[in-house]
Amino acid sequence: MKYAFSFLAVIALILIAWLGSQIPGMPYLFGVALPYLAMMIFLGGCVYKVVQWAKSPVPFPIQTTCGQGKSLDFIKHDRLEAPSTNAEVVARMFLEIVTFRSLFRNTKSEIHDGPQITYESSKWLWVFALIFHYSFLSIVVRHMRLFLDPVPAWIGWWEFIDGIFEVGAPGWYISDVGLVVGCLLLFSRRLITRHVRYISLMNDYFPLVLIFTIAVTGILMRYVLRTDIDIVNIKHLTVGLVSLSPTIGAKIGSIFFIHVFLVCVLLAYFPFSKLMHFAGVFLSPTRNLKNNSRAVRHENPWNPRILPHSYAGYEDEFREFMVDAGIPVEKELSPAKDE
Amino acid sequence: MAVPKLQQLSKSVVQGPSLATGAIPTRDWMDIPVVFKSGNYAYPAKKEKVEYLNKQSGLHFPNAREWSPEDEDWKLPEGWQEIILKGLKERLEKFRSLKIFMDCCVRCGACADKCHFFLGTGDPKNMPVLRAELLRSVYRNDFTLAGKILGKMAGAREMTVAVLKEWFMYSYQCTECRRCSVFCPYGIDTAEITMMLRELLHLVGVGINWILEPASNSNRTGNHMGLQPHTFKDNVEFLVDDVENLTGVKPNISFNRKGAEILFITPSADVFAEPGLYTAMGYLILFEAIGLDYTWSTYASEGGNFGLFTNNETMKKLNAKMYAEAKRLGVKYIIGGECGHMWRVVHQYMDTMNGPADFLEIPKSPITGTVFDNAASTKMVHISEFTADLIKNGKIKLDKSRNSHVKATFHDSCNTARAMGLLEEPRYILDHVVDWVEMPENTIREQTFCCGSGTGLNTDEIMELRMRSGLPRANAVKYVHEKHGVNMLSTVCAIDRATLTSLMNYWNPGVGVCGLSELVANAIVQEGETRGELDEGLRTML
Repeated sequence: MKYAFSFLAVIALILIAWLGSQIPGMPYLFGVALPYLAMMIFLGGCVYKVVQWAKSPVPFPIQTTCGQGKSLDFIKHDRLEAPSTNAEVVARMFLEIVTFRSLFRNTKSEIHDGPQITYESSKWLWVFALIFHYSFLSIVVRHMRLFLDPVPAWIGWWEFIDGIFEVGAPGWYISDVGLVVGCLLLFSRRLITRHVRYISLMNDYFPLVLIFTIAVTGILMRYVLRTDIDIVNIKHLTVGLVSLSPTIGAKIGSIFFIHVFLVCVLLAYFPFSKLMHFAGVFLSPTRNLKNNSRAVRHENPWNPRILPHSYAGYEDEFREFMVDAGIPVEKELSPAKDE
Repeated sequence: MAVPKLQQLSKSVVQGPSLATGAIPTRDWMDIPVVFKSGNYAYPAKKEKVEYLNKQSGLHFPNAREWSPEDEDWKLPEGWQEIILKGLKERLEKFRSLKIFMDCCVRCGACADKCHFFLGTGDPKNMPVLRAELLRSVYRNDFTLAGKILGKMAGAREMTVAVLKEWFMYSYQCTECRRCSVFCPYGIDTAEITMMLRELLHLVGVGINWILEPASNSNRTGNHMGLQPHTFKDNVEFLVDDVENLTGVKPNISFNRKGAEILFITPSADVFAEPGLYTAMGYLILFEAIGLDYTWSTYASEGGNFGLFTNNETMKKLNAKMYAEAKRLGVKYIIGGECGHMWRVVHQYMDTMNGPADFLEIPKSPITGTVFDNAASTKMVHISEFTADLIKNGKIKLDKSRNSHVKATFHDSCNTARAMGLLEEPRYILDHVVDWVEMPENTIREQTFCCGSGTGLNTDEIMELRMRSGLPRANAVKYVHEKHGVNMLSTVCAIDRATLTSLMNYWNPGVGVCGLSELVANAIVQEGETRGELDEGLRTML
């Protein structure tokens, strides 16, 4: 149901863009107004979210240590898994964000007769995630061509590498295939892996369907419906958007508006969704803190003033027993009243 | 509580209809209410214990009353929903971790089968991701735009009594072991979620006795067992006598002694019951062998901290005794005994909450001269760090053959492994004192499995749950027991010593449980000893 609904929602979005962009005057809405609005929501939303997170302090140093902490000289410190300096934390975070290290660790447990529990390395999620995210990144980078005039040389190199296999004409990009396949794999995994299926929400299916559709409409434009769009007009528009002087030429093509509209929806949806994990991962206290909490004091800005049950109170309650047992006391027993 | 027969449970964990074994529930998890029945919940806190805690300055434990989870009506206070939502808002503002963990989960499922409670019960709500969704769904409903607009479609739901009951059920089926946070791509730590759930529940008077009674004992008598000063002293003196009988050397001890160089604090369970007693005897022998100038304290006679399982205020209040006593006695620094969650508090919370301890000195071993820079600010050294340094410098004489009756393996306690990174010191010590082997790699070090009864869940009324959640650990022990003839599970955690003993008796009869310091002391050769053949080390009956 949840995934079916995601499809319906995306189909509805496609229809809106397709039909809407046919109405005279509306291309301006879909090509200029909405992209600006979506970009503002995206940027404003992301900044707002990150500021909101940052406003809450990190009261305690709660690093999750995944290796030997720094201690005695002869004990080998695992600098990546239990970092204790800024540089080590940066290295840990860099590898986490660039190579998804935690996912690389993933295992699959099974319970067999006996009972016997087995664990085996399970790298599928890691592989799927890499395919998806790197393809996405590459596509975003390649799209910079549309917004920059002149196009920087490095984007050309990037495109060359992305299209290195030179299959088909125009040549297929690895990332185009990667994004579509990545979406399919992640989506299938949600349906097939029983526990993942059980926990999945519409918020999990919808972005996958949306990104999949964005990828497909993009691919259609590049490889199939090339004659339906006017790339010169598009570049005019996109460069115009960036330079804040957008102009919409006559013939741009509905498929372009569908593509752009879906991207706008994604941008606007982004800050309010789990997609914010791209920023949150940088701020996760279990990963980005130093495991030096015994060597350097970590401050808690709201540290409440709470005193222990005092020693004096304790001794008052147990003084007699303590004296009897020969435990030193601060105040001797007061002489008994009848003496 | 009746615990199922081994064969029954062995079958049930494999074939029972559960998400872990293949059965997919047909209803959405939000539509499955929790059902409390005898055996699946820990007893609620006694009225007088809650009242006592509520009276302590800095603590807030309202709504003390008689109640039972099995009752329809939990006698929640007037306006309890607002209390919870206000409490959640306050915590979102105080803890960045909570905000990030509420917002960032993508439900990738990497954590699902990493939880010992999930593996043992197959209950979908024991997948860390769903445990967090129990709270996240309410967060979405009241604190996010998407949840406010889309409601259930966006995974949001209102805070109802049914939700509250679910929170109670599942925040007490989590031992805050943090194994899931190792595997999470964003480091989402279910311990944080569970802590918040428990804090929120306490705001409306929902808590368990096995935690709040020890917490109030710790506050009043200094230790969670409720041992009064003279009893505490007696207990340690019994151990001194035992040690003298076994080795011929009588350890020199003192209590609340001003001017001692070092204050020694260990979980009170170590002086109270087997097998912890042997660990405590181990400390006595070790300290005697090196002539350490140290004192015990009856006021700060508890290493463990039941506040960690309650709320951050109680944790702070109980922990504050350590520094207060160190200051009063004028010691130079503190050595801490073997305990898991105590060391989470000492390593990650103590200095922040109750420091700076500028009245203490940077710890320096009086025997080897080693300066413990890693504890430069907190001024508290782990007994394994201290011992490993002694061994490295050849300051204790060890005869490994005195442990020839033992074939050991080592259980990393969750907190020392994942909230401290104390992995190699115990292994270094083991290498020098005993013949030992590792358990399979996915069950040790940062991937270690909890004993299944941490965070105050080692109470007898939930024994079946404990045996289930301890299964992954027990199963790994069974593997080395059968393959290598392991007969001793060593650990550096007092809760482990208590709970793993029940767990081994159930799943792996024939495997004992011991503290690392017991094995050290078994092997120590002391000056002036008149030790006979001790076939079972410190456990030998004379």
